[in-house]
Amino acid sequence: MNFREKLRILVAKPGLDGHDRGARIIARAYSDAGFEVVYTGLHQTPEQIVAAALQEDVDLIGLSCLSGAHMTLFKRVIELLKKDGAEEITVVGGGIIPEEDIPKLKEAGVKEIFLPGTSLDTILNWTRSNVKPRA
Amino acid sequence: MFTEETLGHVRKGRKEWDKEVQETFRQKPERKERFSTVSDLEIKRIYTPEDIKGLDFARDIGYPGMFPFTRGCQPTMYRGREWTMRMFSGLGSAEDTNKRWHLLLREGETGLSTAFDFPTLMGYDTDSPRALGECGKCGVAIDTLRDLQILTDRIPLDSVTTSMTINPPASILWAMYLVVAEKCGVSWDKIGGTIQNDMLKEFIAQKTFMLPPEPSVKLISDTIEFGTKYVPTWNTVSISGYHIREAGSTAVQELAFTLADGIAYVQDVIERKKLDVDSFAPRLSFFFNSHLDFFEEIAKFRAARRMWAKIMKDKFKAKDPRSWWMRFHTQTAGCSLTAQQPYNNVVRTATEALAAVLGGTQSLHTNSLDETLALPSESAAMIALRTQQIICDEIGVTDTIDPLAGSYFVESLTNQIEEEAWEYINKIDDLGGMIVAIDKGFPQMEIAKAAYHYQRQIDKGEKVLVGVNKYVVEEEAPPEILKISDELGKEQIGRLNEVKRTRDNRSVIRKLNDLRAASKTDKNLMPYVIEVVREYGTEQEICDVWREVFGEYRDPGFY
Repeated sequence: MNFREKLRILVAKPGLDGHDRGARIIARAYSDAGFEVVYTGLHQTPEQIVAAALQEDVDLIGLSCLSGAHMTLFKRVIELLKKDGAEEITVVGGGIIPEEDIPKLKEAGVKEIFLPGTSLDTILNWTRSNVKPRA
Repeated sequence: MFTEETLGHVRKGRKEWDKEVQETFRQKPERKERFSTVSDLEIKRIYTPEDIKGLDFARDIGYPGMFPFTRGCQPTMYRGREWTMRMFSGLGSAEDTNKRWHLLLREGETGLSTAFDFPTLMGYDTDSPRALGECGKCGVAIDTLRDLQILTDRIPLDSVTTSMTINPPASILWAMYLVVAEKCGVSWDKIGGTIQNDMLKEFIAQKTFMLPPEPSVKLISDTIEFGTKYVPTWNTVSISGYHIREAGSTAVQELAFTLADGIAYVQDVIERKKLDVDSFAPRLSFFFNSHLDFFEEIAKFRAARRMWAKIMKDKFKAKDPRSWWMRFHTQTAGCSLTAQQPYNNVVRTATEALAAVLGGTQSLHTNSLDETLALPSESAAMIALRTQQIICDEIGVTDTIDPLAGSYFVESLTNQIEEEAWEYINKIDDLGGMIVAIDKGFPQMEIAKAAYHYQRQIDKGEKVLVGVNKYVVEEEAPPEILKISDELGKEQIGRLNEVKRTRDNRSVIRKLNDLRAASKTDKNLMPYVIEVVREYGTEQEICDVWREVFGEYRDPGFY
């Protein structure tokens, strides 16, 4: 069994949304903080994201969506992870997400939602305390 | 600008003042060690005639409506006519958006601007698997001519101008608009408006791309040529810095990359279409962001006009003064708004709008206070429109032209931004032009660096965002926001199916085949696109032809 010290993180942009400023800043912040980062690039289907997560053997998927399609797309990613028996991969999200959607997303299995204005340190600290490298 | 004698007095006074400053420092230091703009340009303690002593009034400032256009592109500016109040709006279905448009026009808006949903922006119909969950979410869904007919219902196309923020499928939406005008009995020389149609900034920043850069630029040149010949008062491209800035660039990068994109388009039309520069250059239009830093923005707008005038006159040898002018639309900075204490966004938008007006914009969109939460609600959009009306009619800033000209600070900052923007433009030239630079990831990485730097400054508190890193309050009640129903997609697919059932499918296929054949040649494709949309061919049917012929561009995923 492989034991890894470093967290592996997939930063992903589901759907057709092109707003990638946040996702790219997060990818860079994770990378600067010493995590191993894979960024999918834009316009990924949930299927492509889950395939990338499995192939890259990541511990955390960070989904970013600013188009309003988060309810459909985030839930679809979780569904597909379950289908592939990979629900131990932590999923978090960020973007333009109304407060009232957050409980619904968490119920669906998204571990945390980071809203606009969240500092990078908050996200890094949350990640360090809540995600451990999978064995 | 100043005699040696005046400068002598200035220097003498400066020495005395510097002593005063040193005295003051003994009691208390300044609030910060370094003062800088939002884009991190260092700002001096004070500006004096010394800072603009090299300025030549006729060469560098001059008069509005005349070269180098620093002071504005029309001779009388807002004394003659106020800017066009053009609120970017699109939500849900074509009916919903049409209703919002009529409300805004009733309340004094003077031009229309369309926000499309992501499937429309990316060349997919609502029934595509790629469109899952997106229908109507961040703009209006348009699949066929039928939707555009509903969208423009009871809009007087011969008196209201319409802007459409659309890029890879720009020629398709424009073709739909042309056919709607035709069906309403309005001839093409009577309609006015803008298609954004600026693909280079898509690769750089906004990221709604479809085809690789080369065919993307070819399609743009087709529209410019077609407009020049048949739709003479349409702006066939809106060369946009807005999205470059939203992606996190500095003001200088926004300006430089936008002008470099403009240079690439002009070059392409001249080389590919063999058109005389003066035949199309007067219809080129621009689109900028107005961010938080008040003077930096004003200086950027003034520098932009002066630089474009020089580019057109000196580099492209344009002779018509209307080819030298830069007309531009401005939108206040969406990325400057905060989800925290959202009512504060009204104030941010107001000062950004004021900077755009003092910078001489031709049209303006003001963001709504709730845009970091959802699409604008009706009441939020109304406050945003009223903001422009208050600036226009109540506070006196439109009574004289370019009131900040001659300010030691503003003129010096205008020069500084211009100089730094030229450095970028020269660098892109050295790389082999913008298309090559994009291929190398140069503008993308410069922006990514700037965006990361700014975020770090906010995290460290070096740049203040009220409600985010200063004056933070807990527990806020969020304002009422607009929700777009997930059911909308089903209704839209229903309409699309209905259109497909009732149109002449054989004719659609024939016209699509004509388009495919023409796409493999260097013919202008606009007439072929018009033929397809007239027969109710869908947006995606056309885009699929192009994806097949030209291939698709994939995001290289730089970060």
